[in-house]
Parts: sequence; structure tokens; C-alpha cells
Amino acid sequence: MSRFSKGGNKKDLPEISTASLPDIIFMLLFFFMVVTVMRETNPLLKIKLPQATELSKIQYKEAVAYVLIGTPTDVDTYGDAPRIQLNDSYRNVEDVQTFIKKAYSEVPPALQGQFTVSLKVDEEVTMGIVTDVKQELRKADALKINYASNKKKEEE
Amino acid sequence: MASSRKKGSTEINASSMADIAFLLLIFFLVTTTIDQDKGILHKLPPWSDLPPPDVKLRERNVLEILVNANNQLLVEVDYIEISELKDIAIKHLDNRGKLENYSTSPQDAIISLKNDRGTNYGTYIQIQNELKAAYAELRDNMALKLTNGAMTYAELDDCSDNVDLSESKKSYCKTLKDQIQDEYPMKISEAEPVNLGGK
Repeated sequence: MSRFSKGGNKKDLPEISTASLPDIIFMLLFFFMVVTVMRETNPLLKIKLPQATELSKIQYKEAVAYVLIGTPTDVDTYGDAPRIQLNDSYRNVEDVQTFIKKAYSEVPPALQGQFTVSLKVDEEVTMGIVTDVKQELRKADALKINYASNKKKEEE
Repeated sequence: MASSRKKGSTEINASSMADIAFLLLIFFLVTTTIDQDKGILHKLPPWSDLPPPDVKLRERNVLEILVNANNQLLVEVDYIEISELKDIAIKHLDNRGKLENYSTSPQDAIISLKNDRGTNYGTYIQIQNELKAAYAELRDNMALKLTNGAMTYAELDDCSDNVDLSESKKSYCKTLKDQIQDEYPMKISEAEPVNLGGK
């Protein structure tokens, strides 16, 4: 058991090399950095999602189109009237139909039955613009919608 | 070469490197919120250019909810708070002909929601949420009764399309789920919004 006895050979005191530890951690770090790159569109709108309790998850991320409604972040340039954002630019209500049809055609055929439109709407927006968008969605035959909301935090 | 060669080149102590990397790692772990696609699912009625057919319904089967531009709620004839909505909806849906003015059976019960163009989206979502919660509670109660307290409706729903489970278990869940859905079909009707409050 001389291997484990303390103060045995002066030369044989191998320390566990921690030199590779940073590499391992860095690998983890890079993994997280790469994985968490999100296909986040430019925040042109200020959106505070409403809170709800009866939430369900969207299962097929490939079959989702996002429609964002909120007040522009740059109020000085664009005013504070609620706007619609599709992909990376401000659009009008009339553009929604084309956008949805295009998004639908890009969904893999097997998932087209699951096509969902996620409405990310600021809670302060009035229903007028939301209703207009909903009517457009009905016209575009995208009937499955999802009102994006956050989980309500228990207050009591 | 300043250092003597007898001892060999001195190594740079790399043990703190791990700490630095850890710090970065924790920073990223904390700051990145993975965007979760959660929300209230809703189905829109198909578009039709024709005006909706004039269906005569018995008035007691319809629970009429009106929301005005000031986010105030009117259910039938009473002005109520959103927090009371769930109980009223449950009372209406599960009335089974007991009380006057409320529905005759859960299958015939309809909730009609009409909002103003000036209503806040947040309020609208809260109302939708309360109505969904009312249905969820009724369905859960029935699910627990049918399975003797073993499963809630959400669990039945999960189990009915879970690939990992056996066929027999899946079909068992499916039949129960369908039975509950037939008992409490979700009938929320949304009227075309009106513009009374401006904006």
C-alpha cells in the first residue's frame, strides 16, 4: 500500500492535473452559448405578454408563425399607436394574410395540420387591432391560434 | 530565457481558469431564458362571406358576457368582477336545469362573449383564461370521478397520445377523454366586436 502512504517517495507525488478542467467548462460554456442563440426577431415593439394559468405548450415549433402586436419601441419615430410586426418589419393588417399563407407553405407537409399562429400581443393593446388580425387569419384559413402568455405567478 | 533550466519551465497556474469559465457559464445559464411557446390555444371559426345563420337558441342556455371599453364586465344583467367569472361560468355550465336562467344541460350550454374594440387585450385574455379554467375544473372533476381520483383531465389528455404507453392504456384514456369532452363540450362563441367606446 505504499502507493497511498503519505510522504512516500518524494518524486512520486502526482497531483491531479486540473489543466483540463477549464477546457471542460469552456466546452460547456460554448455549448450553452451556441444552443441559446435564438431566432429572435428584432424588438421593434414593446411587448409585455399577459399572464394566464390555463396554458398549453406549442408542440411543433416548425409549424408556428408569429404575429406580434404592440407599441413601437421607438415612439419618437413611429408614434405610440399599436403596430403589427411580421418577421423584421412593421406591417399593416392587409399584409397578414400573405404572410400567413407564405409561412404555411414553408411548413413541412406532415405538420401542416398542426399549423398554429402565435399571437404575441402586448397586454395594453386594445382589442380593435387584434380583432382585425383575427379576421385576417380567418380569411387566410389559419384557424388554430395561440395567445402567447406567461405563467401567472401565485400571489397568495 | 530568464528561468533556469534545471527546474524546467514554470507552468502558469491554470486552476483559476476554471473559476473564470464557471463564472461565465453561470452568467449564461442565468441570463438566457429559453423562449417558451406557451399560451392559450384557441380555435377560430372558418371565414364566411355570408352572414351567420340565425340560429334560435333558448335564452337560458346562453351565458352572455359583454365587455366594454373600460374593461368592465356584464354577465347577463349583472356587473361583475373578473374573479367571479369562473364560478358563474361553472354554475351556468353545470346547472342541469336546476336553476331558472341557467343552462338546461352542459351539452346545450353556450358562453357568448362580446367585446368592444376598445377593450384591453390583457382583460380579454383574463376572461378567456377564466372561461378555460371553468371548463378545466368541470372536466377535471369528472375525470377524477371516472378514474376514482387517479387522473385529472390533463393527465388523460397527455396519456391518450403518449407514444410510450401501451395501446390498451392509450385507448382507455382516449375513451374517457372523449366521454368527458362529450359531456362538457367547449362552446365559447365570440360575436363580431362592436365599436362603441371609440379608438
